[in-house]
Amino acid sequence: MTAAAEAARTNDGWARRFAGLTRHAAKTLLSVALTFLGLTCVTFFIGRVIPIDPVLAIVGDKASIETYNRVKIEIGLDQPIPVQYWRFLVKVVHGDFGNSVITAQPVLEDLLRVFPATIELSMFALIIGVVLGIPLGVIAATHRGRWQDQVIRFGSLLGYSMPVFWLGLVGLLLFYAKLGWVEGPGRLDVGFDDVVPTITGLMTVDSLIEGDSDVFWNSISHLMLPSSILGYLSLAYVARMTRSFMLGQLKQEYILATLAKGLSPFRVVWVHALGNVWVQLVTVIALTFGSLLEGAVLTETVFAWPGLGLYMKNSLFNADLNAVLGGTMLVGVVYIGLNMLSDLLYPLVDPRAREER
Amino acid sequence: MSKTLRFTTLTAVLPLVMAMSAAQAATPKETLVMALQIDDILTFDPGESYEINGQEIGTNIYDRLVRYEAEDLTKLVGGVAESWTVSPDSKTFTFKLRPNLKFANGDPVTAEDMAWSIQRVVLMDKTPAFLFTQLGWSKENVKSLVQATDPHTLTFKITEDLAPSLVLNLMSTLAASPVDKKVALSHEKDGDLGNAWLKTNSAGSGAYNLVAWKAEESVTLEANPTYHLGAPHIKRVVVRHVPEPATQRLLLEKGDIDVARNLSPDQLAPLSENKDIRIESFPAGDNYYLGMNLSEEHMKNPKVRQAMKMLVDYDGMVKTFLKGRFVVQETFLPIGFMGAIPYNPWKLDVAKAKSLLAEAGYPNGFEIEFTSPNLSPWTDMAQSVQQTMAQGGIKLKLVQVELKQELQTFRSRKHQMVLNSWAPDYFDPHSNADTFAHNDDDSDTPKIKPLAWRTHWLIPDITKQTLAAAKEVDTEKRKKEYEDLQKKVTDDGPFILMFQDANPVAMRSNVKGFKLGLFADFNYYRTVTK
Repeated sequence: MTAAAEAARTNDGWARRFAGLTRHAAKTLLSVALTFLGLTCVTFFIGRVIPIDPVLAIVGDKASIETYNRVKIEIGLDQPIPVQYWRFLVKVVHGDFGNSVITAQPVLEDLLRVFPATIELSMFALIIGVVLGIPLGVIAATHRGRWQDQVIRFGSLLGYSMPVFWLGLVGLLLFYAKLGWVEGPGRLDVGFDDVVPTITGLMTVDSLIEGDSDVFWNSISHLMLPSSILGYLSLAYVARMTRSFMLGQLKQEYILATLAKGLSPFRVVWVHALGNVWVQLVTVIALTFGSLLEGAVLTETVFAWPGLGLYMKNSLFNADLNAVLGGTMLVGVVYIGLNMLSDLLYPLVDPRAREER
Repeated sequence: MSKTLRFTTLTAVLPLVMAMSAAQAATPKETLVMALQIDDILTFDPGESYEINGQEIGTNIYDRLVRYEAEDLTKLVGGVAESWTVSPDSKTFTFKLRPNLKFANGDPVTAEDMAWSIQRVVLMDKTPAFLFTQLGWSKENVKSLVQATDPHTLTFKITEDLAPSLVLNLMSTLAASPVDKKVALSHEKDGDLGNAWLKTNSAGSGAYNLVAWKAEESVTLEANPTYHLGAPHIKRVVVRHVPEPATQRLLLEKGDIDVARNLSPDQLAPLSENKDIRIESFPAGDNYYLGMNLSEEHMKNPKVRQAMKMLVDYDGMVKTFLKGRFVVQETFLPIGFMGAIPYNPWKLDVAKAKSLLAEAGYPNGFEIEFTSPNLSPWTDMAQSVQQTMAQGGIKLKLVQVELKQELQTFRSRKHQMVLNSWAPDYFDPHSNADTFAHNDDDSDTPKIKPLAWRTHWLIPDITKQTLAAAKEVDTEKRKKEYEDLQKKVTDDGPFILMFQDANPVAMRSNVKGFKLGLFADFNYYRTVTK
């Protein structure tokens, strides 16, 4: 093959790969756009059919009819529903979710303020869930039917079935009120409020940036209990899934082959078998993170944690439609993002996926 | 135990152990930390604020033209006004302002600030605007009717006939707070008179300054050293939004907060044995009642209404599950209000109720729908009412819904009977009379929609009496009018008025001087010491 022909082939290869990538990106974008549109549609119409009057939520019980009507026109509720939806969509595309009734601030600003608190909580919970959940799942699988397996399965069943609200209160009672091991509700002690400027909104990160170790340890201590409790939920799920994936792998013939070749059982289980489970686990972990955001609603209420969950709950109870819609969109976007992320991560853990691209 | 398991156990326990050293609770000496559900706060602009907790905190940030001070909540005294006079025709009010008054930033408080602050309430037309528009003020005339005649004199004229005591009571509301005009206007955006900025900032002359408001998270106040009644003892007040009462209780027991405001009776009971904690209960201004709908055939009959009033176990409820929190008060004015009377003619009397129902033509009773909010203590009250009504043959189909949804049903008159509560808007009997005893237009599009309208109680004569009482110049005569009105509503109206509320507060025993008034308006932090 001449050098020119080889170059042409390589170019052709690149071009094809590029075309493939563009097609893939376009497909992904289209599916994201459609999902997003569906999301706006469902949230918007649910918001319109709930039997609560958003105008009254703004003007209050004592307002005159004139004020009521003025506000109704101001927020566009006098328009037909399709017109309202169109206006809502145009605004959302421009990043404008309107103002929240409860906080009087633009919803986007509110979300940017409260979301980091939830991210911090969920990240810690996820770390706990993954770091403990995967080894426990593996142990349960390798000790199938024995007491280790029973204990782990029972423990994760408990995590599944225990209401997080109750667990939170009992946790507070035991570790905060009785034993005094951890700090109580809220993100920081009152004395530490506003000591560290908000940079990322993640208290642990901000305090590290500022180099304030007191605030850092205080925030860790406040995080410990709610994230452990939320983490227990994800641990339960991750451990159960890991166990069942691992059982599938351990039945495979290559396990027998590697063992026959003299590899240590430890290496066979933790490197070879677990290595093959990662692909499925990535999806499980991504979905777990999404469900942690939902689980945060109750956890945040018990722990007075000023995050997205608490914000959404209040918005819902106060008929603050803009905030509810904004929050729902955010959670939806996070879900879409997580799905895309797990798609992107496959090639990292699965060589076959790398080649398919 | 395998190595891995040992390792994982260790990673789980280690952070907990590390955190142990950090957990030592006690609030700073000069800081008051209070747990309160403050998710109702929308704004701190006194020209806009109308939520209970916004009013309470606003009370501590802004002084007022006149007010009921913490030291004696029954007597109207000057706030920024030192003295006032009312013209013989009760139309012109002149206020002399205290000399040398200062806003927290050092600016002098002038009559111009006061006049402008009142004008902007009407001009902005937010929720509290109705307080002042009833004086006859409008966007068009308010600038000419409310004026500073010199730097220390405020004069206003009213165009409606109203009792001077009512006018002065309106001037004791949060809306009549002096806002620093210069500061507010320096932050004006699109002609909003500083509204957007004042939502989250303060420019007042009260006992405290607003340092920070993080919606649904916390409010931080700082003492104003130049406050005219002296700098408060507590230098910093932190109000933390703690939505879950059980969490509030734990925080209080642990000493991480000084005061817990939203504890339920079952949480208060065990706390009463804790010597580090003191519980005090303060009468509140809101009342709990059942509202009928007179478009419903049975209840049109006055005898049926009477019978229903005899089928509620007022005393029984107060002695059992409402113990310590409610008192029986069967009129529309809470005790503590001008003209309020302890008039409680109705008692549970099943036999008499049955005979009245038989006289009305319903010997076997009837069935109606009963809507109640799905929250405690409403749920418990609703069940008790359902049970006692059933004894008389009235079958209540209980529908428990979200509070907002229940209000919606009531406002649109789609209910048959509701359980509800009412909090007065300002400290004057007219506030409640104007809603319980005012309906001369029962059409679907009236100018106002008072509670009497919501129940389809068309009362042109009583409405006249209510409006006349609001105009009565002689205060003693005025009181008599309200006594009469209360009896009429209690005896014959479509309301089964039951209880007056009380607010229990649990606090650390070192907290002294924390009191709550009938209103959020009367809740002062400056009297607290630790």
